[in-house]
Amino acid sequence: MKKIGVIGDKDSVLCFKAAGFTVFITEDGTEAENIIKKAEADGFAVIFITEHLLKEITDTADRFKSNPNLSIIPIPGRNGSLGIGMAAIKKSVEKAVGADILK
Amino acid sequence: MPQKQVTPTRMELTRLKKRLMTARRGHKLLKDKRDELMKIFLDTVREDKALRKRIEERMQLLHSGFNLAAAVTSREIMEEALVYPKSEGELSVSYKNVMSVVVPEYSYEVKTNGGESPYGYGFAFTSGELDNAVGELYDMLPDLMRLAEVEKQSQMLADEIEKTRRRVNALEYIMIPGFEENIKAIIMKLDENDRGNTTRLMKVKDMMIEEQRKQNNMR
Repeated sequence: MKKIGVIGDKDSVLCFKAAGFTVFITEDGTEAENIIKKAEADGFAVIFITEHLLKEITDTADRFKSNPNLSIIPIPGRNGSLGIGMAAIKKSVEKAVGADILK
Repeated sequence: MPQKQVTPTRMELTRLKKRLMTARRGHKLLKDKRDELMKIFLDTVREDKALRKRIEERMQLLHSGFNLAAAVTSREIMEEALVYPKSEGELSVSYKNVMSVVVPEYSYEVKTNGGESPYGYGFAFTSGELDNAVGELYDMLPDLMRLAEVEKQSQMLADEIEKTRRRVNALEYIMIPGFEENIKAIIMKLDENDRGNTTRLMKVKDMMIEEQRKQNNMR
């Protein structure tokens, strides 16, 4: 059985505890990075991370883009969306098609 | 574009022709693959976009719901309710093959250990607002899992499309023209040799006829 992790600041992610997700409370990019690096070995298949935190570790997160065993999904934090998730979609469209055709 | 030197032999020619045929077939197949991938990708990414938009909106509601709950009861009680008799979730992952790209599929189930309520905590100290917020979260779970699926799928497909496109272009603009040019060069060289041979034979024939004639005259 795989697990689902959530990384973010306390107010944004604590509520996911109620759904049985494994919650990591941190506001520090390096710590989040370490969690993600170990995540696959620790039996996580999905990691939700607040956009706020993801912003600091895009390089690490990008490395898992083509790994089918671990999905890193940005979610908006308590203070609302930063548009990073949408930007990522736009980026993959540009990568595949050559231009953003889904305006 | 000048190609590297090829030996103008018939063997080389047949070899090159075979490679050209394979390259053409590969090119056609890869092109079909690219088109199909693109079709699937666009569907996926459209769903991804819509789903993400919806989730971002609902997430906002969710957070305000939890804030409300925190305002009604004390923060400590709420956190305790969420943390202590913890619910456990089980995520099963299966893999699906989309045009030879292996993508994960998730299904998630929450199991609560607390017997008295479906939410895994007692009702005694917590408020109705918290129940609402947690209910909202449960409602959102299928969408969240689906989001994870399509997001991963669109990322992986984008990767694969890029790779396939590169292969198609390499075949179309480098490999196939290269083979064609080499084949042409060999054919030209062989034809030239042939013509040289024919003229030589004609010349020899003429010389032999001349010889014969001289012998006939002498007799």
